Amino acid sequence: MTRRKSIIAGVVVLAAAFGWLLYGNLDKNIVFFLTPKELLAKGNEGYDVPLRLGGMVKAGTVNYDTATHDLRFMMTDGFADVKVHSQGTPPQMFRDSIGVVVEGRLEHDSVFKATNLLVKHSNEYHPPKAGEKPQEMYRSLIKGSGS
Amino acid sequence: MTGLLAHDALLVSLGIILLGIIAAPVAVRRNRRDLIALAYGAVYTNFLLVSIATLCMIVALVSHDFSISYVAQVGSRSTPLFYTIISLWGALEGSILFWAWVLSMYSAVAVWINRKREGNLIPYTAVALLSVAFFFGVLLIGPANPFKPVSPVPLDGPGPNALLQNHILMAIHPPLLYLGYVGMSVPFGFAVGAMLSGEVTNDAWITLSRRWTMGAWAFLSAAIIAGMWWSYEVLGWGGYWAWDPVENASFMPWLTATAYLHSVVVQERRGMLRLWNLNLVMGTFVLTVLGTFLTRSGIISSVHSFTQGTIGYYFLAFIALVLVGALAMVAGNSERLRTTGRFDSAASRETIFLLNNLFLTAFMFTVLVGTLFPLVAEMRGAKVSVGPPFFNRMTLPVIAALIFLMGVGPALPWKSASEAEVKAKLGPPFIAAFVSAALAFAIGVRPPYALAAFFFVGYALFANFREYWIGVSARMKAHGESIPVALGRLVRANNRRYGGYVAHVGVLLVALGIAASSAFRAEREVTLKPGESMSVAGQTVRLKGLAGRQEPQRAVIAATMEVMKGDKVIATMEPRMNYYATSSAPVATPQVRSTIKGDLYLTLMAFPQDGSNATIKMIVQPLIPWMWFGGGVIVLGALICMLPVYRRKDVPVVAVPPALQPTSPPALEPQLVDAP
Repeated sequence: MTRRKSIIAGVVVLAAAFGWLLYGNLDKNIVFFLTPKELLAKGNEGYDVPLRLGGMVKAGTVNYDTATHDLRFMMTDGFADVKVHSQGTPPQMFRDSIGVVVEGRLEHDSVFKATNLLVKHSNEYHPPKAGEKPQEMYRSLIKGSGS
Repeated sequence: MTGLLAHDALLVSLGIILLGIIAAPVAVRRNRRDLIALAYGAVYTNFLLVSIATLCMIVALVSHDFSISYVAQVGSRSTPLFYTIISLWGALEGSILFWAWVLSMYSAVAVWINRKREGNLIPYTAVALLSVAFFFGVLLIGPANPFKPVSPVPLDGPGPNALLQNHILMAIHPPLLYLGYVGMSVPFGFAVGAMLSGEVTNDAWITLSRRWTMGAWAFLSAAIIAGMWWSYEVLGWGGYWAWDPVENASFMPWLTATAYLHSVVVQERRGMLRLWNLNLVMGTFVLTVLGTFLTRSGIISSVHSFTQGTIGYYFLAFIALVLVGALAMVAGNSERLRTTGRFDSAASRETIFLLNNLFLTAFMFTVLVGTLFPLVAEMRGAKVSVGPPFFNRMTLPVIAALIFLMGVGPALPWKSASEAEVKAKLGPPFIAAFVSAALAFAIGVRPPYALAAFFFVGYALFANFREYWIGVSARMKAHGESIPVALGRLVRANNRRYGGYVAHVGVLLVALGIAASSAFRAEREVTLKPGESMSVAGQTVRLKGLAGRQEPQRAVIAATMEVMKGDKVIATMEPRMNYYATSSAPVATPQVRSTIKGDLYLTLMAFPQDGSNATIKMIVQPLIPWMWFGGGVIVLGALICMLPVYRRKDVPVVAVPPALQPTSPPALEPQLVDAP
């Protein structure tokens, strides 16, 4: 019986240590998903933590340098704006007023430095709704006039 | 017409399933063989009926019968025939139908092979398998009915999801995954059958469930590798694993199944871990259902989740039911499952197997917590994600430990090793480990984890090959056999052990590919005009031009890239963007050029309307193809493990057989046993 008890005690100790390790690492590595308004509401706590920021590209604010692939724009959720800076070619769908999600952190100059930029479109499959004409949609896309 | 036929077949099969579920326990209680035959008949009939339904669906897809809801949803006259057929598993309802078909097929095979077996194990196994089939049958009649009539009948449909018709691997990864995933239901069936019939104390069910787990594990391993490959070839980011919930869902049952394949040997050899093994089998099955729930309920948005509906609640209820039932049954049997053996020494193979199980289970729980945490947080109102840093920090030490154990386990004997034995067996692989790490350092590997990976992979590779060499050279000395003959007979006489080592080598090759490709990944993104070139890691490509063309089901914009060696063009590549009618976003389609040293990966990122330039992302990563090759080696190892048992009466089954009579005929007829 004592052997059995000591085994159980060992397992409990191991499981507790493992759980503590899990918890500690989770706590440090959770990435919150915020909107510009929620980010600004965080005040000083919003700086320099890994975040995902979601909102819309504010019309007329996109500044993209094709030579250096330097991309700057304002992200808005209708209540607040945040300056975003990212490096790299944006997805082909990227344009004014489209939903985007950026991953990165807010630097102390109040510019959100994005390491990854995703255009928010639904990957989820859905059959075309009435009146939706996908054929025309993609043709216009090739021409670049948007959908 | 076909829709009605299929729907009726599914309805009838539900009735048949219920009949079987009732008949088997009654048959056992009253000892009526005729009723047992009825229960088995229900399993076969279910297979027949679900096959009819599946066939109807394929016919409907191929004949573009848009009066059937599923065809109207995924079919299109412009989709090539090949992608039309495989769109059977391209969306929710079809994939559930395919699940049910694979399950019915496996169940029929499992029962048929064992139909003559005495005792009550198989009748109760049939009950367990039919119960799972019943759940999927209900889904197919209710929330995942693929045969709903559509009115008015549309003239054409949208075709499958663009991402799913962009690559040939789409025909390979899903069926493999289903064969692996659903295959785990059969060992679960045996476990439940053993508990219900009270035959859990003898090891017959263990042998059966071990063989079936091996087969399902082989499929699942291949499916995971094929899924990584698909992600790499199609998604354009040059990576293959992102700790995405969908990937995790396929990986968790793999971890517990791997643990089971090891710990079951301890039970067979030493009579230990009985209760634990039961839990692993049950847990693996629950994880496959959980994975299906995560990927199919729309709770996580990804290419695998289709439309949202009520189906998630069905899955949650089913998981709860299975968990409660399994726990109750295991608790009821726990007294009977007391260990008969005990650990003799820390330096023994069973200790290593125990550690292996400990790490694999911790690994699984880490992935489980990281996967489910965002769901829990979202219920409490916060939108969070758990990023790769969590998974990497938590799992890399576990992976390193597991790789090391892969080298230690095979080298240690059962029960207890003497100190001299430990030194002789565990010492020399360290030389290989240091050489491997030093080589990696010399070619520029600096991250500590990558160096540790090379160290441990070196250790384990050497140790596994050494086991082969020890066995082969002993045979050569004892019988004067040549190397190939000795190798063949060694493996044949103890296929499970040596097959296991082959699988180890496969896993190590995958680990090597991951370590090297992540340590040496080099990439650049440049906007090129025709005639201009770019270089990454010593490789140069030149843009020849940009052109568009129309293919039957899509429009294509492609950049023609020339791979240069000095002034010579050695190959051309064509990264492109595909525009599908159904997808609002273009699907970037990267091009990969593989050599044994590694991959050159090109993605077309952007281009202006006049086609005067193209922005190209160029990624160079070494040893990537080794991962795909390693996947093949893993499957080969599993196949060797599943070779029919080869019985030679006069030879004890050990690695180094004592003196054989050289005149005895070497090859007896291999005997087929009741296993996949």
